[in-house]
Amino acid sequence: MKHTEQELHALKEEVSQMWKLVLSQLEKAKQAFLGGDIELAREIVSREKRVDACELKIDSDCENYIALYSPVAIDLRLALSLIKISATLERIGDFAEGIARHVIDDECNKIHPQIIEELQIEQMFDLLISMLSDSFVALESENTKVSGKILAKDDAVDSIYYASLDILTIYMQADPSFMRCGLKLMLLIRKLERIGDHCSNIVEEIVFYVDAKVLKHGVK
Amino acid sequence: MIQAKDINFYYGDFQALRNISMEIAAHTVTAFIGPSGCGKSTFLRLFNRMNDLIDNTRLTGECLVEGENIYRKSVQVDELRKKVGMVFQKPNPFPKSIFENVAYGLRVNGIRDKKYIARQVEESLKAAALWEEVKDKLKKSAFELSGGQQQRLCIARALAISPSILLMDEPASALDPISTSKIEELIHSLKKDYTIVIVTHNMQQAARVSDKTGFFMLGELIEYDDTKNIFLKPEKEQTQNYITGRFG
Repeated sequence: MKHTEQELHALKEEVSQMWKLVLSQLEKAKQAFLGGDIELAREIVSREKRVDACELKIDSDCENYIALYSPVAIDLRLALSLIKISATLERIGDFAEGIARHVIDDECNKIHPQIIEELQIEQMFDLLISMLSDSFVALESENTKVSGKILAKDDAVDSIYYASLDILTIYMQADPSFMRCGLKLMLLIRKLERIGDHCSNIVEEIVFYVDAKVLKHGVK
Repeated sequence: MIQAKDINFYYGDFQALRNISMEIAAHTVTAFIGPSGCGKSTFLRLFNRMNDLIDNTRLTGECLVEGENIYRKSVQVDELRKKVGMVFQKPNPFPKSIFENVAYGLRVNGIRDKKYIARQVEESLKAAALWEEVKDKLKKSAFELSGGQQQRLCIARALAISPSILLMDEPASALDPISTSKIEELIHSLKKDYTIVIVTHNMQQAARVSDKTGFFMLGELIEYDDTKNIFLKPEKEQTQNYITGRFG
């Protein structure tokens, strides 16, 4: 491997490490939320700093790579994609932290399991975790054939999100004392929906890197 | 402006160019890139018949400049070279004054009108972005200029006879970054009046100055496309391997 390729390989490896960290943050957020595990939620909050540090390091290393090696074609596309992917992973990390803070907030952390089930929050978490892990595999294998499947999962996440508006409205109308926690729960579900959007953005970046095609904003 | 149709070119038995077809539009900058010996300079030199000066060469195919096949017997090569100027890798000023270097092409073409010559010299030096640096020392020897200034003088000399096409064979490869930057700025500003074809080994230079890029390898034109496509999403793997440094 030439030294320029080694530099790129090292950048990719840094992003992989960040990816694993964010994926684990999201998995733990699911566990902490569904199990009401405040200790685990605190762990997520404290690990968020590591996610931020990863983003700063990747930004800096990508800037250096571009400045020193003047990459073109697939190498340039990879460097540009990695910068955007790391920023997106950082946002997902922020949302995972936000979910953890919801768990820590003892005002609304004991929602009736029936509501959680009806809102399909666990399914939402599962879809997001699979989107994030499948897109990781797509980047590692430089294979974009699965991109359509991953993007379709975002549609499923969106459907659950829109349905949750109606479900929570009914609960809040029936019991006005649930209003505050209902709204907080809505904000949490909104965070999950945004994670889905970010996972889609990551897939679009991988398609840009591998296939030199722009998918975002419906550009063909 | 320039059309090459099924060009094959031979140095003796060696085939240097293979079935090359290409169209170059007026008022554009086209860069030729590729490894040493790939045929890009040979192809460039076809456009003003510089290869005629080499013994035992043979050409098949058509090379049209402004619609005329420049290899027809009736074509006057001197007239062609007035239309298609050339700048070489190393600055090659004549052992004359700065003024006379630029005026030389006009004089050998029989122009005697001193006012016209003086005006043409000034305009050419301005177009070559050299006037402000030399206007007070036009009678000084061209050899007193720096390498970068000498190269711009050569460009002014080429412009003085009002060509429509300018061929540049690695015009900045012997220059420092500041002089290189001036030459690149010059190429950019000349585009509105001239059609420019440049051979360069500097990939970033090709990316910076050209509208279209042709990648050559082993005498073949592998890919020819808009420069931004070549450097962001080349179609051919060979192109990608070359521009990313994975070639060889």
